Amino acid sequence: MSHAVQERPVALSKPRGPLSHARLPRWTPAAVAAGSIAAGIGIGLAAGWHSRTQWGMLAALLFVLVSYALTSKVEGARQAKDRVATSLVWVCFVLAVVPLLSLAWVTISKGIAVLDVYFLTHSMNGVLDAEAGGGVYHALLGTIEQVGIATLIAAPIGLLTAVYLVEYGKGRLAKAVTFFVDVMTGIPSIVAGLFVLSTWTLMLDFGPSGFAGAMALAILMMPVVVRSTEEMLKLVPNELREASLALGIPKWRTILKVVLPTAIGGITTGVMLAVARITGETAPVLLLVFGTKLINPNPFEGAQSSLPLYVYEQYQVGTDQSVARAWAAALVLIAFVMILNMVARGIARWKAPKTGR
Amino acid sequence: MVTTTPPATDQNRSRRASSAVRPGDRIFSGLSKGSGITLLVIMAAIAVFLTYRAVLAISDDSANFFTTFEWNPAGDPPVFGIAVLAFGTIVSSVIAMAIAVPVAIGIALFISHYAPRKLAKPLAYVVDLLAAVPSIIYGLWGAIFLVPYLDGLNQWLDQYLGWTYIFDKSADGVARNMFTVGILLAIMILPIITNVTREVFLQAPKMHEEAALALGATRWEVIRMAVLPFGRSGIISASMLGLGRALGETMAVAVVLSPSFALSLHLLDPGGGTFAQNIAAKFNEADAYGRDALIASGLVLFVITLLVNGAARMIIARRKEYSGANA
Repeated sequence: MSHAVQERPVALSKPRGPLSHARLPRWTPAAVAAGSIAAGIGIGLAAGWHSRTQWGMLAALLFVLVSYALTSKVEGARQAKDRVATSLVWVCFVLAVVPLLSLAWVTISKGIAVLDVYFLTHSMNGVLDAEAGGGVYHALLGTIEQVGIATLIAAPIGLLTAVYLVEYGKGRLAKAVTFFVDVMTGIPSIVAGLFVLSTWTLMLDFGPSGFAGAMALAILMMPVVVRSTEEMLKLVPNELREASLALGIPKWRTILKVVLPTAIGGITTGVMLAVARITGETAPVLLLVFGTKLINPNPFEGAQSSLPLYVYEQYQVGTDQSVARAWAAALVLIAFVMILNMVARGIARWKAPKTGR
Repeated sequence: MVTTTPPATDQNRSRRASSAVRPGDRIFSGLSKGSGITLLVIMAAIAVFLTYRAVLAISDDSANFFTTFEWNPAGDPPVFGIAVLAFGTIVSSVIAMAIAVPVAIGIALFISHYAPRKLAKPLAYVVDLLAAVPSIIYGLWGAIFLVPYLDGLNQWLDQYLGWTYIFDKSADGVARNMFTVGILLAIMILPIITNVTREVFLQAPKMHEEAALALGATRWEVIRMAVLPFGRSGIISASMLGLGRALGETMAVAVVLSPSFALSLHLLDPGGGTFAQNIAAKFNEADAYGRDALIASGLVLFVITLLVNGAARMIIARRKEYSGANA
């Protein structure tokens, strides 16, 4: 009798086999994905839907539903929920990557058609809207000058503010500065443009100029510089400061000779990322710099052009030739921004501050 | 961060040395403090000058500034109001948020918890880069590439969801409408929201996750029980940062939308407008008074983004206080 009782658990566990549940083979998600893409295309073709967006959405829906059904059948409800979450996350990833890849692909493929040395070294002087040719030189020059001036204004102020917040700041003023720097990061670029418009142009009665645009860009750039510099200065180990102060070195020299050099890699990165951000700003330039077809090397007088503004203008003209120019200028702009970004991140990795232990 | 001992030693030494604070120190701390104050002054100046010009404009407005469906500051008497702009701004941002927030959380989870290690790092890098793509390029791509692609989707929505009223398409035409603008804005703010939420998810306490796993939780259960509750305030603040960006976006909307001053709930019909788009579109033809009117609408936008961003920062700041407790 007791024999039979003892044997019972063994008898029960035998059909269950190992401790784990039945599992779908590892290639299932890939197979379901391939199947649902095929089904999406098939149904889309059969129903004659125009938009490939719909095909994709159908495929995504099928993917999630089929993997849920399969898993709940084989592995149980909890695993099925897990599988749905996983497939949803993958769908999100694909959903995001598709438009972004398409953006990159369209810009490069359309831009490369017009982009050449001639395009980079000539202005639009005397080029008719429906005429091929012309170039982006005046806009490139304008962008570099405006962004340069903006950096000259914003970088020192931003840097010193960050130094204040990290090294000196205590009490109400520092709290207020921190809060408003954060809020300032979110100012829409067009509002910064309107501010300079209301003071510089309407009150002080100056005409459009590259400098006016640069001031608006500087307003947009400052908070970004402050934020990134602040983060970098906080990473500098306190022991370095204390060692320097213990040697009797004044605080300002400690900051200039010890703290800033330690963090210089990160600070450079931050400034370059900020430069990359304002390079693409169109709205303030549209309001304040006005745009021109001619080369105007003087940022302090007269209308200038800039790359983003050039893209906008050429798109607005709307002829085939001008839209082609818009794409080429967009490619130049995106290349400019991306190179700045990559170099900046490269510097960040190369010169990352040594964080104590 | 800085210890308070150095000033104390300075004071002790001041008995021997004649000067307590070196002139270099005074100049340098003054300079850095001055820069901080400069920033505050700029913020204050923005508020003051925009308000000043806006008051000039609104006092001559013969219609109610907040409820009028018209923008004609050059008329006699001038008539303009922000009702359509406010509506369009909110609608496009709501669409953008409804699409972008769930997808961004998905991508952030993908990078932090799902993707194979080898894929996660480069992916995070690419998302970082995408946050830097200028908005005018999104606009150009949206107008030339996205609009024709969404035509089919629009027809489909009209056909099957037309009964919901908002998806009813009353006129034929290309998809230069609020719905397209919302989708484009969603694509634009996706990288920003993803970046912030990813950071928060990566900070989720590893102990909690491992404890849940040890109890036999599936990966989704780990995320639902350990990661999402930890990241909730991060998600909220990231979304609000994205919202601030979507509210103020100018060029992408200006390029894609075919604007009109009619308030319509039909999202698929061309028309409507947003604050920023209206400023960019009307600026060139505006006279001095028209510019003041545009500045008045810009002030409203400024206040809205200020509130949204301020709220986001408050949430982040509150989080900081107790995030130190869980290591």
